[in-house]
Amino acid sequence: MNDQFEPVIIGFTCNWCSYRAADLAGTARIKYPPNIRLIRLMCSGRMDPTFVLKALAEGADGVMITGCHPGECHYLDQNYKALRRVLLLRRTIGQMGIEPGRVKLVWASAAEGVRLAQEIGHFVEEIRDMGPLNWPGRLAAAHVNGHGRDDRLMPADMMLEEVPA
Amino acid sequence: MNDQAEPKERIGVYVCHCGSNIAATVDVADVAVWAKERLGDEGVVITHDYKFMCSSLGQELIERDIKEEGLTRVVVAACSPHLHEKTFRTACARAGLNPYLCELVSIREQVSWVHSDRQAATEKAKAVVAGGVERVIHNEPLEPLHIPIHPATLVVGGGIAGIQAALELADSGHQVYLVEREPSIGGHMAQFDKTFPTMDCAACILTPKMVDAGGHPHIDLFTWSEVVRVDGFVGNFTVTIRQKPRYIDTDLCTGCGICWEKCPKRVIDDVYEAGLGYRKAVYTPFAQAVPKYPVIDPENCTYFINGKCRACEKFCPTDAIKFDQEEEFITVQVGNIILATGFDLFDARRVPQYGYGRLANVFTSLEFERLCNAAGPTNGQIVMRDGVTKPELVAVIHCVGSRDRNYNNYCSVICCMSSLKFAHLVKERTGARVYNFYIDMRTAFKDYDEFYQRVLEEGTIFVRGRVAEVTDAARLPSEDGKLIVQVEDTLAGRQRRIPVDMVILSAGLEPRHDAKAVAHQFGISCSANGWFIERHPKLDPVATMTEGIFIAGTVQGPKDIPASVSQGAAAAARVLGRINKGEIELEPVRATIDARHCSGCRICNGLCPFNAIIFHEDAMVSEINHALCQGCGTCVAACPAGAISGSSFSNEQIMSQIEGLLLFDRPVRSRHFSAV
Ligand SMILES: Cc1cc2nc3c(=O)[nH]c(=O)nc-3n(C[C@H](O)[C@H](O)[C@H](O)COP(=O)(O)OP(=O)(O)OC[C@H]3O[C@@H](n4cnc5c(N)ncnc54)[C@H](O)[C@@H]3O)c2cc1C
Ligand code: SF4
Ligand code: SF4
Ligand code: FES
Repeated sequence: MNDQFEPVIIGFTCNWCSYRAADLAGTARIKYPPNIRLIRLMCSGRMDPTFVLKALAEGADGVMITGCHPGECHYLDQNYKALRRVLLLRRTIGQMGIEPGRVKLVWASAAEGVRLAQEIGHFVEEIRDMGPLNWPGRLAAAHVNGHGRDDRLMPADMMLEEVPA
Repeated sequence: MNDQAEPKERIGVYVCHCGSNIAATVDVADVAVWAKERLGDEGVVITHDYKFMCSSLGQELIERDIKEEGLTRVVVAACSPHLHEKTFRTACARAGLNPYLCELVSIREQVSWVHSDRQAATEKAKAVVAGGVERVIHNEPLEPLHIPIHPATLVVGGGIAGIQAALELADSGHQVYLVEREPSIGGHMAQFDKTFPTMDCAACILTPKMVDAGGHPHIDLFTWSEVVRVDGFVGNFTVTIRQKPRYIDTDLCTGCGICWEKCPKRVIDDVYEAGLGYRKAVYTPFAQAVPKYPVIDPENCTYFINGKCRACEKFCPTDAIKFDQEEEFITVQVGNIILATGFDLFDARRVPQYGYGRLANVFTSLEFERLCNAAGPTNGQIVMRDGVTKPELVAVIHCVGSRDRNYNNYCSVICCMSSLKFAHLVKERTGARVYNFYIDMRTAFKDYDEFYQRVLEEGTIFVRGRVAEVTDAARLPSEDGKLIVQVEDTLAGRQRRIPVDMVILSAGLEPRHDAKAVAHQFGISCSANGWFIERHPKLDPVATMTEGIFIAGTVQGPKDIPASVSQGAAAAARVLGRINKGEIELEPVRATIDARHCSGCRICNGLCPFNAIIFHEDAMVSEINHALCQGCGTCVAACPAGAISGSSFSNEQIMSQIEGLLLFDRPVRSRHFSAV
């Protein structure tokens, strides 16, 4: 392979539409870049913003969240909640110095294998253009530089900390 | 995480070749060897690659390892979980391992079939396997939920689909509540004269079914009624039905018809007569109505409007008219619900260039059905809007509002056939010359194409092309006083102007105007087009995502009568299976609130689409009803106290899967692994 940057992307799919779209892309042998690795959730409403932070903190360069089209969520309208969360999350990561474009929301119905594959292709290119995120590296560097932060205080882990009632 | 500590679990990883489907693109043997080496610290004790994991030999391999090697977790890397998750879980269960301790990760649909670079695909397959391994460690043994089923069923909508469903259930001895909004059951089919392709009379085949349903000892029929409230969940719904006042005492009424004979108020009948005929303010929609009792429509009744008249009351021989009747609310318990609320006809006014509503002799398909119905406003005479003139030239336009980006993209399925039916009826009854304008002729299904051949032989002229315009602006003397159909004949490759006397628009089928509200009431969803969504478009067309709610007939999408009837019967069969079993098993993908951590903030309460979360005022904590919860996980993601966990999709499972997927990409070493 040449030495172009190969981003690593985590994709969250909902069980009913976008995961099936991914299945369909497979059945139809539609090719897309191997940079994305998918996780199945029951619904995009299950998307906890900390999952995204976790993925970025573990070394992903981008995160793609996919769900059913508005009005087609199999749990009525949970994808609207996902939409709200993603908008908020993009603002939050922006404030952390991460390009908001590293988190993308895509609607794909179970019939849209082609579209999902195309969206993945576009997203890989977008992230390739942004370059590596290297969040873990940056955090470790901050630690080495004596900023007093250690691994335990990585933002994702912070959010994971259980808050007692 | 368990740095350096002895792994808790004994995990088996099975990598499938799927013949060459996976093996051609992914080095499966390498993945298996790698998993054993690299994921040993995570507890992977045994790995295999095998030609066909789903074969009985493949499954036996897993079963043997569980028994002999004492596996406590299983990861299969093969096809999509939607295909074979159940297969491998069942295999695990046979060997005594809780089925939910098995994960199927997809390296076929998501790797080998969508990538071509062998090295990259193999690397991705490894990451996917590592994700599965990390996740499965946190899987918990689960038991399916057992929910008892109340043996009564609610059927909403008394069209042919609902009637069929109700009869199937009632005939097998189970109680059915059939709720219909109109004064009579029958639905659209009751409006037709003849039905394609056999051209048997609609009333002759429908009436016996309506009568059966009306008199059935196991069917409680609620017409002129609507469901106003649905509580509970599969197995035990509590449904409140609003029975609108008929202003008729049905115990006294004999259906003699004197009241509507005497009623002085004529009203245009937009529903049953499609606006083409009249009814009275007290009426039954048609002669064979079931039940036979009329209703008084208070919006049009003179007595309700200005306090005078009561003619019906004076003449009723049994004193059945009761102007003081009030609406009633009836509450019933049912285990399952079948929705069969049907379709609305596309409003042809939305295509202004076809002139419906502006040009008198443009008719809709339903108007035409009434026009040729012997019991219709013209006693079956096919005449123009003036009520006397027989048309000599008739145009039938297919696909009005269907297969058209401006209106509905989908094909309404029945309109080609009903257009052919119209052509046949016009020819037979008037001898007129008939033009059918079609885009593509869709006559699939039994005996349909034969019917098309018959209509061709009868001499109907078929013009292929989407009609651009219907106009009364004549350009030639021969067009004077005619309607001119302007069309590009795509077979002849030229524009044509065809003068006719009458135009019939075969309008498409649309979801009911209130489909969204009904879907919401019953907790199911609509597609972007508005049709109710089935659980699976091919393999589960009458179930929905909400347990206990089934759909049948045109609510699910455009279809003809045979298909509507089949779905009615299919939905009934699904319900019967549950009634007979007495209970159902539900996938334990559910959310649970740990009361010790719940702060009582109630954030989750309003988020749940199924109202599954109840709040205990006394203890100030929320709780999830597992029969209602469908496991979407929205509340899990939202709880600020982290008090809610979702089985099968817990935070630990997902977080670990993320770690696993990225285990070998981390530029910095944070775990006890080194990068590949
Ligand atoms: C012009 C035309 C001609 C056709 N000709 C033929 C033909 O010749 N042969 C053929 O096979 N098919 C034909 N069809 C198709 C046929 O009409 C349908 O397949 C069939 O009527 C569908 O039945 P259904 O029970 O699903 O819906 P519907 O007939 O629409 O019945 C639904 C019922 O539910 C009731 N309802 C609606 N909402 C509610 C609510 N919220 N609460 C309670 N009740 C409610 C309605 O009042 C109605 O009674 C034709 C269709 C059209 C438009
Ligand atoms: S969101 Fe969490 S803390 Fe708030 S009521 Fe629901 S379970 Fe309790
Ligand atoms: S998981 Fe979804 S369906 Fe279940 S209680 Fe939570 S919000 Fe409701
Ligand atoms: S089920 Fe797909 S977004 Fe909700």
